[in-house]
Amino acid sequence: MSVTLEQVDVIARLSKLEFNQEEKSKFVEQFNQILQYMEKLNELDTEPIEPTYNVLDISNVTRPDELKPWLSQDEALQNAPRTKHGFFSVPKVIG
Amino acid sequence: MYYEPVIGLEVHIQLNTDTKIFCSCSTLFGAVPNSQVCPVCLGMPGSLPVLNRKVMEYAVRLSLATGCKINNTSILARKNYFYPDLPKSYQISQFEEPFAEHGELVVKIEGQPSRRIGITRIHMEEDAGKSLHAESFVGKDESLVDVNRCGVPLLEVVSDPDFRTPQEAYEYLVHLRQIVVYLGICDGNMEEGSLRCDANVSLRPIGTTTLGTKTELKNMNSFRAVEKALEYEIHRQEMILENGGVIEQQTLLWDANRNVAESMRTKEYSHDYRYFPDPDLAPISMTAGDIEQVRANIPELPEAKRERFMRQFSLPEYDAQVLTESPKVAEYFEQTALRVKDKKAASNWIMGNLLRSLKERNEHLHQLKLTPAFLAELLTLIEQGTISGSSAKEVFEECLDSGKSPTLIVEEKGLLQISDLDAIEQIVSSIIEKNPRDVQDYLNGNEKVLGFFIGQIMRATQGKANPKLVNSILRKKLALLSK
Repeated sequence: MSVTLEQVDVIARLSKLEFNQEEKSKFVEQFNQILQYMEKLNELDTEPIEPTYNVLDISNVTRPDELKPWLSQDEALQNAPRTKHGFFSVPKVIG
Repeated sequence: MYYEPVIGLEVHIQLNTDTKIFCSCSTLFGAVPNSQVCPVCLGMPGSLPVLNRKVMEYAVRLSLATGCKINNTSILARKNYFYPDLPKSYQISQFEEPFAEHGELVVKIEGQPSRRIGITRIHMEEDAGKSLHAESFVGKDESLVDVNRCGVPLLEVVSDPDFRTPQEAYEYLVHLRQIVVYLGICDGNMEEGSLRCDANVSLRPIGTTTLGTKTELKNMNSFRAVEKALEYEIHRQEMILENGGVIEQQTLLWDANRNVAESMRTKEYSHDYRYFPDPDLAPISMTAGDIEQVRANIPELPEAKRERFMRQFSLPEYDAQVLTESPKVAEYFEQTALRVKDKKAASNWIMGNLLRSLKERNEHLHQLKLTPAFLAELLTLIEQGTISGSSAKEVFEECLDSGKSPTLIVEEKGLLQISDLDAIEQIVSSIIEKNPRDVQDYLNGNEKVLGFFIGQIMRATQGKANPKLVNSILRKKLALLSK
């Protein structure tokens, strides 16, 4: 498996990131290196092994359904670059 | 060619927990924007989600009620997509290893055989926030975001593509809503979006089994809208296929004002969600013991209750059906019926006068001053002949208004039914004396005059005379005159 320039384009788009040609070419190379490295794992037979969904051997980490104090509207909005009437204001998403 | 629709539904059920699925913020509907948020649901770096135990319990309840097999281990996954109402840029959901699978619901439509609808899976996930685009105060170049709903717990129920008509889809939704309300896991409030449904539909020539290209319908805000949108889309696809066209796989948004579904132009690649297990959340494991504990506390479900009502109270199926539509009405009926002899009368009063008054007064059952004990008292007064049917209606209204006991109202208003033979005979005699012409009419064979006499007598007694006694005394006296 090797990564193509088109795939780098797709990943960039999904990540909402923009790169120039030079950067993209560099990513093709780097992505392929990473994948090659991971390919090594395929040399092992993992058939009888359960997938590791979590590195800690724990399950059911839960909390009771009880309210705890949360943030005020002012606190929630304090880091936002733009707000309006208590809402976050973001660039228009649909036309 | 004739085509057969193949429909599948995805229903999002909003759980009525006090707090969100992964943090302890309130889930209360209708708060001012961004006032029920914390670092977890705002997606702040370094915050850690912790699963609400009640969501697990509710998921077990729904899985059991729909006959699903609960997986021993299920995992929470990140569904990645970029949209401003999702601050983390991923929604915590389940993908591989969902909570439960392989269930079914049986849908009944009158006059048709029951249909078994398979349930593919039930999984838990968090809701996204709300974004505003069209409101007057939203600027031309902006969208406004409220994060309050972010992290509100949902259970998604995915059906198999087993529906063949929009009506089946509608009935399934009604049934599913009834179940989640009975289970006490969802308030069933459609206006507040407590149940939301997306539909997939494709057509295939009747008799074939290969699935056609499907389209997805979104943005239906009522079950009727789901039915209508499906009818619209089936017709649209039929027209295309009839004319030799090809169905394009796409997502359509239902416009309830114009009754049309329109293509939602989504960007390429937007459906590449890149699911992967969320490393912040431990797997969920369910032992048989955990499941049995929840099973023991599952309330009686609508179908079982309906059958029991028919059996225990000898009700007709129709009555049992109406009374069990909501668990609150069913409870009200049961509390009343257990206190009276005539169960059918209790059913009649609740299905008729009571439900009508609730609607007229825009009141909820639990706020009613007329408690089941009071209604039972009223029914007993009628049964024993203490008050007449027409007085009963008056007592009923008064009790709804004042919350006084029916016995007290009867005393205060002097509504005691006149069952005293002498008293009624006297009134009957005077009415007969006052209307010699009508008496003659009757004696000449005009039976209808009887109604006139009864009306006169009831008026003279303000409706308090025992109608059975009035009837028999009147007939007896008139018969004597004819000799």
